[in-house]
Amino acid sequence: MIKVEHLTKSYANVLAVEDVSFEVGEGEIVGLLGPNGAGKTTTMRILTCFMPATSGTASVAGYDVFTDSLNVRKQIGYLPENVPLYPEMRVNEYLLFRAKLKKVPSKERNSRIQECLERCGIREVEKQIIGTLSKGYRQRVGLADTLLHDPKILILDEPTIGLDPNQIRQIRQLIKALGEKHTVLLSTHILPEVEMICGRVIIINRGKVVAMDTPSNLLTSLKGGATVHLEVAGKAERIKSALSAIPGVTKVLGSENGDINNFVVEADGDKDIREDIFKCIVKNNWILYELRREKASLEDIFHQITTQES
Amino acid sequence: MTNVPTVFRREMNAYFLSPVAYVVIVVFLVVSGYFFQKALFITTEASLRYSLAISQFVLSILTPVITMRLLAEESKTGTIETLMTAPVTDFEVVFGKFLAAWGLYGVMLAPTLIYIAFLSWVGNPDIGPIISSYIGLILMGAMFVSIGLLVSSLTKNQIVAAVIGIVSLMILWVVGFYVAGTEGWFSEALKYIGTFGHWDTFTKGLVDTRDVVYYVSLTALFVFITVRVIESRKWR
Repeated sequence: MIKVEHLTKSYANVLAVEDVSFEVGEGEIVGLLGPNGAGKTTTMRILTCFMPATSGTASVAGYDVFTDSLNVRKQIGYLPENVPLYPEMRVNEYLLFRAKLKKVPSKERNSRIQECLERCGIREVEKQIIGTLSKGYRQRVGLADTLLHDPKILILDEPTIGLDPNQIRQIRQLIKALGEKHTVLLSTHILPEVEMICGRVIIINRGKVVAMDTPSNLLTSLKGGATVHLEVAGKAERIKSALSAIPGVTKVLGSENGDINNFVVEADGDKDIREDIFKCIVKNNWILYELRREKASLEDIFHQITTQES
Repeated sequence: MTNVPTVFRREMNAYFLSPVAYVVIVVFLVVSGYFFQKALFITTEASLRYSLAISQFVLSILTPVITMRLLAEESKTGTIETLMTAPVTDFEVVFGKFLAAWGLYGVMLAPTLIYIAFLSWVGNPDIGPIISSYIGLILMGAMFVSIGLLVSSLTKNQIVAAVIGIVSLMILWVVGFYVAGTEGWFSEALKYIGTFGHWDTFTKGLVDTRDVVYYVSLTALFVFITVRVIESRKWR
């Protein structure tokens, strides 16, 4: 549905996006992930025909974004960052205005607006002035707007930014539900969000694609070694040396706080060393309070990938 | 072109949902009413000639206030992004906004038609020059609006848009005066560029093609440049 090839965009002399290529298939929910200023918004603005690229090509639903801009815009629903709305209008007036702009046939307009109000859960504020709405409601008005003409593709720029945890949860559920009918490309720098709703992740950093895969594949591909946390009662020195002697262990960090000591054990390879640690502690008759292996999160991967080159 | 009425209606509603329209209309009516009354008593002539001559000055201050928000506000709040990523052309947006501001300008002028009724009551006004004056006012308004619209597209700040708009219109007004009575191609050119000379013929009861062409072509030019400015985000 979305095809981006060697896209480059430079402002003055600053490269915002450099040689970015990716594809989004029909029905996918893809997350565009990257630190602030990585080029997410620029990429989305190019895809929504707000601005052209310096070089490279991009097509949306088969239409080229440079030569067939009007057709592309008919196929997409775009929610820009910070959801710009007209504060003096009422919600239903705004949606009516947008529905007209998007050429929803006049017979269907009202039913479409009602449907979108319903889907986004904003029926109760239908007659309110947008300027008086809370951030969460405004976000949903923006989302309702993107759905008006039932577009094939939704492009959402940071849809959950600035919301409280409950609202974030609601918006995520909504996006997930939307993913059943639409192709969704969303950008974010919130990692749990990606793990929760996206089928695929494109990580961009400094305008370049640095990784592209499913969240679970990213986790396994980058995982080298494991980290184990444990809390043991006993003499710190002796425990430390015993742990270090376990095969595969590369590093033991300990902190002493009286009788009970905390340790962080790092090991290489895919082997689970928790068994060996447990046996070692039992053998020495120490008391084990906690033994926990830390899984690498997408956060680690993100951090690792985006700071590698700098 | 199908989106022009949509944009027009939104802009028109926006005017009446904010205090701007009311403030501008009230200020205009108070000032023009004052001059109408003054001119009437001083000249004891049942004509609108003098009061309308002054209204050009008032209008060149108030029209940029009408147009200042048109595009500056969209850039400032970011709504330009949702607007331009909808399936509309840049021209439809600019032209819809132009018509809305021109429409508000018309709404602002409409109550002054009462003066004509008043003049017919107290005297016997020559209706010809009055009609031609209104045609002139409407054409001049189109040009004023197009200049204000252009200025509004160049900045994110409404106040800056208003001030630059007012200054531009003032300069256009003054250049004709500046060279009045002098000869040569340069002063002829400035006289042609200045709006005052063109407006003056309308108040005398003449609808001269040259003046109509002047206003219409400059309006078209400024609307066209505004479209280009909006497009310029694509190659900047």
